[in-house]
This record gives sequence, C-alpha cells and structure tokens, in this order.
Amino acid sequence: MTKVKIYVTLRESVLDPQGSAVQGSLAKMGYNEVSDVRIGKYLEVTIGETTRSIDDLVKEMCEKLLANTVIEDYRFEVEEEN
Amino acid sequence: MKFAVLVFPGSNCDIDMYHAIKDELGEEVEYVWHTATDLSKFDGILVPGGFSYGDYLRCGAMASQSNVMAEVKKAAAEGKPVLGVCNGFQILTEAGLLPGALLRNKNLKFMCRTVQLKVENNSTLFTNQYEQGQIINIPIAHGEGNYFCDEETLAKLKENNQIVFTYSVENPNGSLEDIAGIINERGNVLGMMPHPERAANDLLGSSDGLALFKSIVKQWRESHVSN
Repeated sequence: MTKVKIYVTLRESVLDPQGSAVQGSLAKMGYNEVSDVRIGKYLEVTIGETTRSIDDLVKEMCEKLLANTVIEDYRFEVEEEN
Repeated sequence: MKFAVLVFPGSNCDIDMYHAIKDELGEEVEYVWHTATDLSKFDGILVPGGFSYGDYLRCGAMASQSNVMAEVKKAAAEGKPVLGVCNGFQILTEAGLLPGALLRNKNLKFMCRTVQLKVENNSTLFTNQYEQGQIINIPIAHGEGNYFCDEETLAKLKENNQIVFTYSVENPNGSLEDIAGIINERGNVLGMMPHPERAANDLLGSSDGLALFKSIVKQWRESHVSN
C-alpha cells in the first residue's frame, strides 16, 4: 500500500475570501503579524497494487478530478507503507 | 421539442425546471437520472441547480464525471442546446463544456434574491426573444457564483460575444466583469447562475425567464421546419 498526501490550494492569482476572513479574525485576536491566510484542501489517498507509476496515477487523478487547474494548484508527497 | 432534465443526487431545482417546460412552456420533458447512457431521443438538455453530491470536493466536480455527462458532451458536439443553471453551470465548467470556474461569493454569503440582469447578447439560440440590452428580473440562489477565468479566456469571451448575461445595478457575488452567464464558442451551451425556470410565471414574481425557453423552442422549430 502506498499513501499519498495531496495538497490542493487556490492559485495565487485567485482571491480567497475565506482566507481573508480568517486573517481578519486573527488580527482581531491580536495576531497582527499575520499578513495573509490562504485556505486549501488536504487529501490522503491510499493506493493498492498497481502496475502504473504512482506519480503518473496521482497526477492524472489531480488533473481530472481532485483539483480544478483553472483555479487551483496541487502538489503531493508519496509515502511507502507496508 | 423534447427536453431532458438531468437529475443528480442532490439536485433540487429539477422539479422547477420540469414545471417550467411542461406547464409554462408546454413542451415535452422527462427527468433523466445521472446514470443514463443515452440522450439521443432528446432535442435539448437542461442541467438544473442544486447541490449535486453535496458540493463535496468542489461544486459540480463529481457530477461532471458521471455517466450522463459523457452523453451531454456528445449532445453538445452534435449542436443540441445545453443549458446549465446554477449548479448546472458549475457542472458544465467542471466538465470543460464552458471555460472558467465558479468561486465562493466574494462576501462569503449565500445570496438568495431577485436580481436584475442585462441581456448582453440577444443573437444566441437562448436569447433571441429578448431585446439587446433588455433588463430582466431573475432570481439567484447560490453561495458559489463568483465567475472567474484568466485574462486570456476573458479576452476571448469578449471577442466572441460569449458573455450573454451580466448583473445590472449590483453584482451579488463579485464575478469578473459582472458576468452572470456565458455561452460556448459554438453558441449551443449556455451556463448561468440565475434561475430562469423560477421566473416563468408572474404569480411567482416574474415571468422574464420564460423568453429564454421560448427562444430555444423558436430556434429549434425554425431549424427543423425545412426537414
């Protein structure tokens, strides 16, 4: 089994009103040193036996469904598990 | 003319759409479940609003991968009219049938009210019964209707007159250039956040949406009369 950690984040050119609201709250709590907050998604995908390269497989899944590349970027880390 | 109203788990404007076509427009209409693999008997495809798959992952993302969407792509390629409203618009962008994406409303609020739309292009098969520049009253009900696309796409949309409806007076969601609805380059796939099917009878506050459906039927009749 292979565990893949996938991070999906809004592209830098895309405004993140949720992140801005959270930053506003942090500022109100006194965390004035926070200059920006961006909210994204974190997915853990466990992959069973496959003949395909994990990198290719995950990339394909990200492009087709897990991320919308019009507005989002993605990156992932592959962890081997026994 | 025979319409299909697609139904996904979580659709909730399918009945409004069905009612508008059957009772207000007086045309044939059937519900089609998302597992369907043949839409060939239909002349027009309607993708209704709602929260397909609970909006999990992203609005419209999972619905865009369902069986029936492969058939919608086929119908669109054949030149049949395809209309996506609200979640239907989100599904069409996720499926790649329309450019861009719908983001969370800028003010983070779910907006549910009647808005004024401006008809920016009345030479489409969806808008031929409106006047160019006409202001119409159509309700909205969405939390993620903030249309976004890159500059290159926006330039193309403008160049090809693909911006069909814009918000007039106030922009409820922060969409780029006040965009409320866009059409594909070929002119047979329209996506819009406002709900014309909920504005099909004066008793419901407005009948301004009915002309959109009448436009589709008029164009269809004219293109089939010679056959």
